[in-house]
Amino acid sequence: MLSTKQKELIAEIWGGLTPVAEDIGADALLRMFASYPGTKTYFSHLDISPRSAHLLSHGKKIVLAIAEGAKDISQLTVTLAPLQTLHAYQLRIDPTNFKLFSHCMLVTLACHMGDDFTPVAHAAMDKYLSAFAAVLAEKYR
Amino acid sequence: MVEWTDFERATIQDIFSKMDYEVVGPAALSRCLIVYPWTQRYFGNFGNLYNAAAIMGNPMVAKHGTTILNSLERGVKKMDNIKETYAELSKLHSEKLRVDPDNFKLLSDCLTIVVAAQLGKAFTGEVQAAFQKFMAVVVSSLGRQYY
Repeated sequence: MLSTKQKELIAEIWGGLTPVAEDIGADALLRMFASYPGTKTYFSHLDISPRSAHLLSHGKKIVLAIAEGAKDISQLTVTLAPLQTLHAYQLRIDPTNFKLFSHCMLVTLACHMGDDFTPVAHAAMDKYLSAFAAVLAEKYR
Repeated sequence: MVEWTDFERATIQDIFSKMDYEVVGPAALSRCLIVYPWTQRYFGNFGNLYNAAAIMGNPMVAKHGTTILNSLERGVKKMDNIKETYAELSKLHSEKLRVDPDNFKLLSDCLTIVVAAQLGKAFTGEVQAAFQKFMAVVVSSLGRQYY
């Protein structure tokens, strides 16, 4: 359960990251591919080399979706409905990978925000990304 | 036996040689207690852990954080036999402290985040992978003597 303060903090952070969505998203994806090579199997149809057009556009998509959800966290199920369907019936990414990506996103945020990524912000963000991943996997079965 | 590439060895030595244990240790442990509050169950005698500010200002947390980092250094110095290095500590955590080994990963993740925040861009995907590999080996060794 996210508190009001936590929701505000999360909305604020993602609001500020939208202008650099591409860089943040691509960075998180690259970290995930480096630390968890199995995740690359979902991207055999794309060029995921650093700074590739595919990687940047895909990273941007993901970050913008996360940012959109952050605007009204209580409406996450509504906001993510189309993405739920996509992931359940088309992409069918094993949900364990959401955890791996979330971890790498936290590392990206830490690198990007330095000291501003306080323990309180980290806790809120971890909770939000877990909730996001859980909603995303809701239609799987 | 864990195989380390030259890059991995160099990366681990480099990160730890530049680290201030008295800053990073307390930061990592307090972050763990804040982000994963259930880990506080093992620190009942540490006094005030009531909120983030209390945890970050708690001297016992700080001292223990430093102790943990000093212990990690032993693994850094003996990368070719981490399992043996932590056999005693594993027994201690299992038999005396009764810590659920899942918690080691939580602390490890928090340490990764603290190091990432410090190194910024220098904490590349490759560096992260090397650091996480080292921590995974340590975490595994700490869980080894449980039965």
